[in-house]
Amino acid sequence: MNFFKDMDVRPLLLVPVLALLAWPLVGSGSTWLTLTVAGLAMGMIIFIMASGLTLVFGLMDVLNFGHGLFIALGAFVATSVLGHMADWTGSGQWWRNMVAVLPAMGIAMAVAAAVGLAFERFIVRPVYGQHLKQILITMGGMIIGEELIKVIWGPLQIALPLPEAMRGSVFWGEAAIEKYRLLAVVVGLVIFAAQMWVLGRTKIGLLIRAGVQDREMVESLGYRIRRLFVGVFVAGSALAGLGGVMWGLYQQNVTPQIGAQVNVLIFIVIIIGGLGSTGGALIGALLVGLMANYTGFLVPKLALFSNIALMAAVLLWRPQGVYPVVNR
Amino acid sequence: MSTNLLTLEGVHTHIGAYHILHGVDLVVPRGQLTLLLGRNGAGKTTTLRTIMGLWQASQGRITFQGEDITAMHTPQIAQKNIAYVPENMGIFADLTVKENMLLAARQAGHASQMDEQRLQWIFGLFPAVQKFWNHPAGKLSGGQKQMLAVSRAIVEPRDLLIVDEPSKGLAPAIIQNMIDAFQQLKASGVTILLVEQNINFARQLGDTVAVMDDGRVVHAGTMQALAEDEALQQSLLGLSL
Repeated sequence: MNFFKDMDVRPLLLVPVLALLAWPLVGSGSTWLTLTVAGLAMGMIIFIMASGLTLVFGLMDVLNFGHGLFIALGAFVATSVLGHMADWTGSGQWWRNMVAVLPAMGIAMAVAAAVGLAFERFIVRPVYGQHLKQILITMGGMIIGEELIKVIWGPLQIALPLPEAMRGSVFWGEAAIEKYRLLAVVVGLVIFAAQMWVLGRTKIGLLIRAGVQDREMVESLGYRIRRLFVGVFVAGSALAGLGGVMWGLYQQNVTPQIGAQVNVLIFIVIIIGGLGSTGGALIGALLVGLMANYTGFLVPKLALFSNIALMAAVLLWRPQGVYPVVNR
Repeated sequence: MSTNLLTLEGVHTHIGAYHILHGVDLVVPRGQLTLLLGRNGAGKTTTLRTIMGLWQASQGRITFQGEDITAMHTPQIAQKNIAYVPENMGIFADLTVKENMLLAARQAGHASQMDEQRLQWIFGLFPAVQKFWNHPAGKLSGGQKQMLAVSRAIVEPRDLLIVDEPSKGLAPAIIQNMIDAFQQLKASGVTILLVEQNINFARQLGDTVAVMDDGRVVHAGTMQALAEDEALQQSLLGLSL
């Protein structure tokens, strides 16, 4: 796949460079390894949530500030599904835990996809090509969604404990690495690989990549890009739902504001990555995850600011993000 | 069957507050190469984009094979077997040459399903397309990109090929290559509507010609008649062929 062969590798180096720069500041090698794995896990979860949004922007120039709603929905659906499967999540056996978690993920994705379909039809479609209205109406949509979540699940924080076998850590020397974070890295890599396969090896993927670059030309070739966009919007919503499940388990609790909180990180990620770039979103997510964990350990009060500073630094280097989409 | 493949009758186009086309009347005869000439800003590109539905005609009628396509959306128009090469070529720079071609081959789900015999014919017209088959299209030269853009338009048989300034910015040697290719395309029987500013290019290829000025067609006839009438050339185009 020419994706990698012709890829500019310098942005890829940012991730190891950031990790290596943090090492002397953190001091302890084992603490550094723990923080690094935590950062990569966080980054992978953010990538899952952000990858759909970046394609939505790339394809149709749509700024969807309501993306966080699908994340929140995913997390809350997980609380309901896992809450009903306490016997399975309470078991110390991995396979029994997975029998609970996989349906929770599947149902969360299905609910987020269905709401995404309605969101596109009734909220986004009337404001194609109007950025200011898109921002206002999608934010409004998310606020309404949050209120509906409060009606259904209540306004309070709900615990979302990790299934039994996913708790605890594995030790590598003195470094403690949480099992769930390793799982998050694996799931993130699987999602990334699947996306790369679809984008690089299927005609639908080719159309998405082409549409991100020049949607008018895709239409001139005889393809209805709006149908493609709806498909990407729904898939992106489903991925956000999956990310919501994983983020909720990562935080071990969910609040109705979870989507709005993560929205900030997601927008930082897709801006760092280059709007419309899946590979860029991965790099951006890993950088944000690592930065949040290192600064959270070193200077906790600067955790959010550090990611904004990171975005500013990247934009000074590459004003259109690390992998700007050609022709845009 | 009508001898005219495409007909525009009194077509007006507005872009925002600007009134660009002021009642364009144009016929494109079947099996011929029709040239659309005119000064910069005469409305040639707008006419092509209006035919393709990229800008909607505010008044008038466009018929293709006798069917009214005026209000159709771009994908529907393209599916009528019309291929369009825009002025900026519309190459997907992040995709390889092969991927660009595959996208244009609507019948093929995979590269192996593209018509091999037709591909070989295209490679004969434009050897660079074969040479750079697996290269990113964004790394091609301007001339190679233009060859790819035309190749993409003909990767499957089309009834009408609409091309906007294929010689723009090309070196003379490549222009001659492009002229040879269009002559072969003409010989294959495809109907072509071409916007062109390069007069040498136009004279060698055109069967019929329409000259535009100020958003209207101000002259229509054969290329030969225009080429032989210096006074007409001067009055319409401000130059001699």
